[in-house]
Amino acid sequence: MTLLQFIRDLFKEITKGNKAYFIWLGLLSIVMLNALVSYIMQLNNGLIVTHMRDQVSWGFYISNFTFLVGVAAAAVILVIPSYIYHFKPIKEIVLFGEMMAVTAVLMCLMFITADLGKPLVAWHLFITPNFPRSILMWDVIVLNGYLILNTLAVFYVLFSAAHGREYKMVIMWPLVLISIPWAFSIHTVTAFLYNGLSSRPFWNASITAPRFIASAMCSGPALMILVFQVARKVSDIVVNDKAIFKIAELIAYAMGINLFLYASEIFKEFYSQSIHLAPMEYLFFGLKGHTLLVPFTWVAMVCNLTGFVIFMSPKLRNRFLFLNIACVLVFIGVYIEKGMGFVIPGFVPDTLGEIYDYLPSYIELSLSAGIWAFGAFFYTLLLKIAIPIYKGELSFLSHNMRHSLRDLHKPAVH
Amino acid sequence: MNRRNFLKTAALGVGGILLPAKDSPASVWESFFQKYYREMNDKEKKDVVARLEKEYEEKYKKHIKVKTNAPLPKVLYGYGLDLSRCVGCRRCVYACVTENNQSRNPQIQYITVLQFEQGEKWVSDLEESNKYYNPETVPAPEHFYMPVQCQQCEKPPCVKVCPTQATWKEPDGIVVVDYNWCIGCRYCMAACPYNARKFNWGEPTIPVDEINTETHYLGNRPRIKGAVEKCTFCIQRVRENPGRYPACVEVCPVGARKFGNLLDPESEIRVLIETKRVFRLKEELNTQPKFYYFFSL
Ligand code: SF4
Ligand code: SF4
Repeated sequence: MTLLQFIRDLFKEITKGNKAYFIWLGLLSIVMLNALVSYIMQLNNGLIVTHMRDQVSWGFYISNFTFLVGVAAAAVILVIPSYIYHFKPIKEIVLFGEMMAVTAVLMCLMFITADLGKPLVAWHLFITPNFPRSILMWDVIVLNGYLILNTLAVFYVLFSAAHGREYKMVIMWPLVLISIPWAFSIHTVTAFLYNGLSSRPFWNASITAPRFIASAMCSGPALMILVFQVARKVSDIVVNDKAIFKIAELIAYAMGINLFLYASEIFKEFYSQSIHLAPMEYLFFGLKGHTLLVPFTWVAMVCNLTGFVIFMSPKLRNRFLFLNIACVLVFIGVYIEKGMGFVIPGFVPDTLGEIYDYLPSYIELSLSAGIWAFGAFFYTLLLKIAIPIYKGELSFLSHNMRHSLRDLHKPAVH
Repeated sequence: MNRRNFLKTAALGVGGILLPAKDSPASVWESFFQKYYREMNDKEKKDVVARLEKEYEEKYKKHIKVKTNAPLPKVLYGYGLDLSRCVGCRRCVYACVTENNQSRNPQIQYITVLQFEQGEKWVSDLEESNKYYNPETVPAPEHFYMPVQCQQCEKPPCVKVCPTQATWKEPDGIVVVDYNWCIGCRYCMAACPYNARKFNWGEPTIPVDEINTETHYLGNRPRIKGAVEKCTFCIQRVRENPGRYPACVEVCPVGARKFGNLLDPESEIRVLIETKRVFRLKEELNTQPKFYYFFSL
């Protein structure tokens, strides 16, 4: 009975809130419904409703997927300081980082599904997996593994809290120890997905995986800093400023490495001037009059550089106005650089030298917006129930027991 | 989109998920759970072929024969293309489209003929080529041509990356796709260095009176939306006994295209490889194409 009651309590928690809460959920629902319509149209007509074609056979969906794997991987930036170095301010919020990882992986899986030509037969993956040869199979395994790991961690922490107990490190340790290398693995494998294709020189650079990791350690934490601030405004979750500034400091280092790696790649291409320069040229200056991606590239460059300058200076990054500006800049910068700025130039020019200008179609944009809205919706609900459980206000103990507990704690009146 | 249209789309969508239009539920069920071609025994192959033939008959009001001929023993197919003869007429492109029942709308073509201006960079850098040329007569003066199609790589990257093994290399060297098994992830397209794989972005359409009714399960049978397809050296022709030439070889008006068994030292293809100046495209990638370009003049 207690379980049922508890579930009812959870449900009550989700359905109560102020006006802003419901407007927020309502807006997200509209975006999701709109995406559903787009998806149904795509199912009926095929991927022809997108702007992808044989020349550029992956587009906006896979770009978003690639970016979000980074966001998911970035949970380690909280896991390491909290469990390994016992940095208290971050330890208090590591749970919310893990919840973000869960959300991001779910979004990744949705983007992949949206990109499949025949999503209904996706189960073929498990009947005749081309393992270990196909890196895509590896990606399926590590992503789902990461989802399970983080779900377990979140569930266990909340489960303990709901029983009024501290979680036990004996159980957490293995999860944490596995999840740290695993987080790196998801992004490394995703990088190898591109990296291993000798037919696409833009991707076939050995620096790809390190670059992926470095940029993930910028965008994910930047998103966390923003989300945590909003969360502590609208709920009674406590996020210590120290935690936020620590994350900001880590972003500064990561961005430094990211820019250095990017610069190395740019140097190699432009100095050696081999024929493999073409995709890079397309990205920065346009190729034979095709300049579609050029403005995006420069926006990303400016965002990343400005963000980096702000993060570098402790004076600036410890003031919330500048910090938030920098986070938004880095988020946009990495979103472009790792998404469209990485996936598309791999296909341009195509293997027979054709230049096909790709920008997402309305269907691709609306469907992607829907998946992002799903992420926001899902994370909001997670926070909504996780915070009271975490703070001991919502518990698995029966109502009666809670009453008696409260009586117990009442100071005796003499 | 107005409301009625939306509801219609929504209804179609749900229908599209559960029952592809106009099919009997039983056959939908069967096709959904259809086994992987390579794991079917002879009886299962027969059943699937019977079901497919019935479906095609209903759809096109024509009997379409679906063969499942196995590879011929001691045969490894090789292809030769004489660059000094090719005039860029693209008869091969259209013969291939007709022979292999490629979708006309949206358009799918297996063969790309690249046009270069005399003196332009080529072979390693194809960027200066043009595939949308349209002269009055061919060959256009001061131009030369290089057709590209699936090279039937001996070490095909497309097969290596496919997560479901929906595409594989047959013992006779032909790289094939089980369209029903392909999930449409298009990873193989990213991996192929020759742009040889084509995706059915929309529902493929072929005018009924232009359908080639002699088909092979792994080749030119009518395709489905959302799956990848490619040149198979006309598997439906070359696996006959005696084998027939692929359609492109047969149609080429200048005899630029050669085809044969690489394991047979007497074959024309072997003689060409041994006596002419031969090269393969993008050798440095080590995909080891079985498609040889040569100069006879
Ligand atoms: S040319 Fe492309 S499609 Fe053909 S076998 Fe090689 S990699 Fe595969
Ligand atoms: S598109 Fe089909 S054949 Fe190509 S890699 Fe994906 S499942 Fe395999």
